[in-house]
Amino acid sequence: MSATVFTNARIIDPSRALDERGAVIVADGRILAAGSDAMNQGAPDNAETVDCGGHAILPGLIDARVFIGEPGAEHRETIASASRAAAAGGVTSLVMMPDTTPVIDDVALVEFVLRTARDTAIVNIFPSAAITKGFVGRELSEFGLLQEAGAVMLTEGRATIANALTMRRALTYARDLGITIAHETQDRDLGASGVMNEGLFASWLGLSGIPREAETIPLVRDLMLARLTGGRYHAAKISTAMSAAAIARAKDEGAEVSAGVSINHLALNENDIGDYRTFFRLSPPLRTEDDRLAMVEALKNGVIDIVVSSHDPQDVDTKRLPFAEAESGAIGLETLLSAALRLHHNGDVPLMRLVECLSAAPARQFGLPGGTLRPGAPADLVLVDLDAPWLVREADIRSLSKNTCFEGARMQGRVLQTMVAGRTVFSA
Amino acid sequence: MTDAPFPLYPHRHLLGIKGLSPLDIETLLDRADAAVAISRQQEKKTAALRGRTQINLFYEASTRTQSSFELAGKRLGADVMNMSVASSSTKKGETLLDTAMTLNAMRPDILVIRHSAAGAAALLAQKVSCSVVNAGDGAHEHPTQALLDALTIRRAKGRIGGLTVAICGDILHSRVARSNIVLLNALGARVRVVAPSTLLPSGIGQMGVEPFTRMDEGLKDADIVMMLRLQRERMAGSLVPSVREYFRLYGLDARKLKAAKEDVLVMHPGPMNRGVEIASEIADGPQSLIQEQVEMGVAVRMAVMEALLDPRRNAEGGAA
Repeated sequence: MSATVFTNARIIDPSRALDERGAVIVADGRILAAGSDAMNQGAPDNAETVDCGGHAILPGLIDARVFIGEPGAEHRETIASASRAAAAGGVTSLVMMPDTTPVIDDVALVEFVLRTARDTAIVNIFPSAAITKGFVGRELSEFGLLQEAGAVMLTEGRATIANALTMRRALTYARDLGITIAHETQDRDLGASGVMNEGLFASWLGLSGIPREAETIPLVRDLMLARLTGGRYHAAKISTAMSAAAIARAKDEGAEVSAGVSINHLALNENDIGDYRTFFRLSPPLRTEDDRLAMVEALKNGVIDIVVSSHDPQDVDTKRLPFAEAESGAIGLETLLSAALRLHHNGDVPLMRLVECLSAAPARQFGLPGGTLRPGAPADLVLVDLDAPWLVREADIRSLSKNTCFEGARMQGRVLQTMVAGRTVFSA
Repeated sequence: MTDAPFPLYPHRHLLGIKGLSPLDIETLLDRADAAVAISRQQEKKTAALRGRTQINLFYEASTRTQSSFELAGKRLGADVMNMSVASSSTKKGETLLDTAMTLNAMRPDILVIRHSAAGAAALLAQKVSCSVVNAGDGAHEHPTQALLDALTIRRAKGRIGGLTVAICGDILHSRVARSNIVLLNALGARVRVVAPSTLLPSGIGQMGVEPFTRMDEGLKDADIVMMLRLQRERMAGSLVPSVREYFRLYGLDARKLKAAKEDVLVMHPGPMNRGVEIASEIADGPQSLIQEQVEMGVAVRMAVMEALLDPRRNAEGGAA
């Protein structure tokens, strides 16, 4: 079969704490060798050679939180269109959220996603499934059968399970199967009619606020239940310093917990909302600069384990509305890596740690293949010019929806080529 | 109508008091003073906006504000059309922007909008080619109310700078409060707010006001007391326990008003809940400016629309 040799590359592989010049040899869809000594064993015959010109090769990114409109809202995003956006952003694997119509809470729907992905997607699509049937928050979905069918995590998507007993049982039952419960927490009553972070800025805009406590109170409950049950719990998208402190404490106490943060909460704050810009209406809401800095710190020191795009396509009929009436969410697959590299370029987070949170860590967390350049691993990789400047333009967005927080933003660092299982799925 | 003595108003829209300079505000008030004179003549009609079209787009019912805008437009000679879209924001149907684009295609010169969502006026202004006047957007701003309040105060007291103004009631949900806080601060008044903490917005201490939770303290030595309307749905249980408790603690009566200065004047943007936030004896008493406020409302709206459609703007090829 085909073989490719990437020469003259800077190889960054957090799974082996490796950052060195060398080559990557790909054959039959797998990594044959990657590192400074890769060429010692010689390249396969008839291999295509790519001179990387000193640019970086990273493991393909794994994005563990992606919302897609298929089935039910294909005009916003299909599995195929999301996969093209992912490929352009260097994302070779993504975990698809069960927030579709119908909700993915049934084996047949998991199979539908896998079948559609096999037929139409150019990156790896891993389905997740709902914790409770129909996101109602009462009856558990068939964890075991869903896992067998291919669901890699259980999550209530954008919703929060209000009932503590339901959450306890979910964690207990999931523990036996070794599957992770990923949960985005927001107390419905405390969050009330809020549409942005509570505080002075919201008060001036006349928008009702969501206090930080609305996220952290149910999170603390979940962390205690994770302790109680021994279940594996993943705080899917935290946004406050208080939440990070709660995660840190739970980890210290030995709970099986992990945490994720969206790239938006690492790169932006509530001031970006400016004059009611609805693309910046997110859930959890963008917080203050202090909270953003706390997220960056928590990422650096390991309290937060993974970074996600939380890609959430919305179109004009859900976004071209007054702020309080618009849906929350922003797309992010195509800008995930470049936006994350801002933290590297301004010296906030070491490059190795950033790449780890975007590849090796989510692979480990959810038991997914990839996320490494180790010999034998699937040849999911991305060639990146870490310094190339570029401008995000709406016209260039591949996603079917254009609700990006980064329109007109200057980026530094751009994907040159993306490979999934040895096949080139994107090249600039 | 040529060479008006007033400086050219530098903005295309009036979306809020925030963003206006003290000079912008003073100029609008000066123009409004002149408009008061017109409204008091027997012949109340001018030709300032003759041939111009004004559309009032009201998503919330408001007899008072809508008729004030309508009368203002008519006194300036404009053709006025009222669109009352009495529908809830979540109701399925044409979106705000689609309606706005439809109206825009009819080539109005000025669009007056009232909407329950904060930012609705700003959203509209981004998409239409005419001037937009915010007649109240959610809990954000109600700039013409603040201007008419300021005009009323200035005419009654001769100045605004240095006065102590206490704004009392549901500050949390009040666009009138926000616009007044910005305007009164810009013109050098000392602004207090008085309310139970459940009706004060987060960060109130950094909004340029001194917050109080007791009427006797908040009203002490005040020159002006501005009462706000408490919406009926907010009285029952969740934010304040009951109407009678609210009136007892925060309703303006003669006893509470004694803490203020001897020559204190009382205002209310209307419509009033008598016996909830204000006692009738005060509302109808000699210290009340409530009727003047209504009169000033028409004058201020005339001034605003005249300033926005200043013919000198076109002469310069359409200033921003």
